[in-house]
Amino acid sequence: MAKFKNLDAAQKRSRVYYIASFVIVVIVAILFAFPLYWIITGAFKSGADINSGKEIVWWPNAWVGDNFSKLMDKRSAPLFEFVIGSLTIAGPTVPAAIRWLVNSVFMSVASMLLTCLTAAMAGYALAKKRFYGRAVLFSLIVCAMALPKQVILIPLLREMNALGIFDTCWAVIFPVVGWPFGVFLLKQFAEGIPTEMVEACRIDGANEWRTFTDVMFPMIKPGVGACAIFTFINSWNDYFMQLVMLPSNKKMTIALGIATLQGESSTDYGLLMAGAALASVPIIIVFLVFQKYFTKGITMGAVKG
Amino acid sequence: MANKTVKVSKTTRRLVVHENIAAYLFMLPFLVFFVMFVLYPMFMCVYTSFFDANMGVADDVFIGFDNYKELFNDPIFWKGLWNTLIIVLVSVPVTCVFSLWVASAITKMPVAATSAFRCIFYLPVVTGSVAVTVVWKWMFSKFNGIINAMGTSMGLLDKNIDWLGDERFALACIILILLTTSVGQPIVLYVSALDNVDKSLVEAAEVDGATPKQAFWKIKWPQMMPTTLYILVITTINSFQCFALIQLLTSGGPNNSTMTIMYYIYYNAFKLYRYGYGNAMGVILALIIALLSAVQFKVGQEK
Repeated sequence: MAKFKNLDAAQKRSRVYYIASFVIVVIVAILFAFPLYWIITGAFKSGADINSGKEIVWWPNAWVGDNFSKLMDKRSAPLFEFVIGSLTIAGPTVPAAIRWLVNSVFMSVASMLLTCLTAAMAGYALAKKRFYGRAVLFSLIVCAMALPKQVILIPLLREMNALGIFDTCWAVIFPVVGWPFGVFLLKQFAEGIPTEMVEACRIDGANEWRTFTDVMFPMIKPGVGACAIFTFINSWNDYFMQLVMLPSNKKMTIALGIATLQGESSTDYGLLMAGAALASVPIIIVFLVFQKYFTKGITMGAVKG
Repeated sequence: MANKTVKVSKTTRRLVVHENIAAYLFMLPFLVFFVMFVLYPMFMCVYTSFFDANMGVADDVFIGFDNYKELFNDPIFWKGLWNTLIIVLVSVPVTCVFSLWVASAITKMPVAATSAFRCIFYLPVVTGSVAVTVVWKWMFSKFNGIINAMGTSMGLLDKNIDWLGDERFALACIILILLTTSVGQPIVLYVSALDNVDKSLVEAAEVDGATPKQAFWKIKWPQMMPTTLYILVITTINSFQCFALIQLLTSGGPNNSTMTIMYYIYYNAFKLYRYGYGNAMGVILALIIALLSAVQFKVGQEK
């Protein structure tokens, strides 16, 4: 009997603890979501609402598009530009902010495709093939992952200059592709595939490449998905690389664009929020759509071999 | 018989060679990028740190350890190192404890709630450093910021404070913003680590009369050690890398109170064009990070 009473008290206590922690988590979560809320509502606030001083305007008094039209009117640029030799192909003239988005999308997609392809191949080789130098290569990859990218910033800059791709998209894309996280992630996924599958395929007479494309690749698809989402979001938000590698205004990305706006008019917060919304909303949608892959990618990357 | 052995070993050798060639062909596309844009720059970073390399100079001039000597006598470098260490020492433990707490609170909830909360805490990471930075700049601003407005209207502040322009507060503000963008990943990791804890062990302990607290610290915590270790390492690296916040909010000021090594490297490379000097700093930074990671691994493995 006494034992049962104790249990009741303990249950009650854990119930109280559960509710209290729920309330606190909700409050903290609201604080975490607040900056995003502030960006989106701020983007639609009128100048008076923004500069209201002591009166906090929690919800826009009127939803206005002024900030966006200001953002769009500021400058203009061709929608896209290709330079092939001396020939330049340029698209129709659009607001510069749209061009920034196009640049960001191009760089993120190119980084994503290149990373997924190279990382899937290398991850497969590291997981399923035994070759000389495998252990050394793998430890190099792990060490490189622990190093902040910024440490190699100066040599990278000079290298890009020497290669003649400084101030082009490729100067931002190539270092991302060389970054070994994707390889590490896909090695983890490939290790989970039974070796018998690969062997059976070889016995059936498929060559190395067919084994990879027809057997391995379909089976590590979730991993490739995770790798794709990761790379896309990281390169979309890779402000540092973009800042360093793209000094001229020609190849401005959306992240760089907002930073520039901030430098030009550091007090027009409405304009800044419109820019921030334009930069973050697309990527948040991508994240929400592919959330499942993302969580899986984060956790798989952490399981150390 | 002897002939046969030779034959087999020949076949084996051929197979081994074949396997090696195939493996390297698969590795090749990645290796090209890895060697060119990660390994080679790493090597060059160490190499150039022994040279006087400037924008104006045609050829780098070998100067031995002079860059390092100058570094040790540079008060701004020490200030930057000190600030970097403060950022790391505050944000790493706070991030770990906070994310462990949030994760253990939300795993007890229904699945939908768990994934909703996980998502919310991850949002600041996805939003991107620039967008996060500009919105915080507005929130901290002296005259239009919500923080001053709330503080004064609730009577907590008697006048508006220039949060980011005041030596006393600037670094604390940076750390606060950094924290909001760094707990997302640890929370995801801890949630899945808590999911993967061997349930039968926990149940057995509960049957034996263990309190929830005991069950947590004696059963779950040791099983989550690898995750904790990984989180420690990535959070440390992330804190060292905090750059956009400082570049966009304070540029290392006021009076170098938010100067970090990361920003000082950038400053040397892009404002002063001192490549060799910046590289020497990069080498020191890499050594510190390697040392910290090694210590964390050692301590973690002993536990």
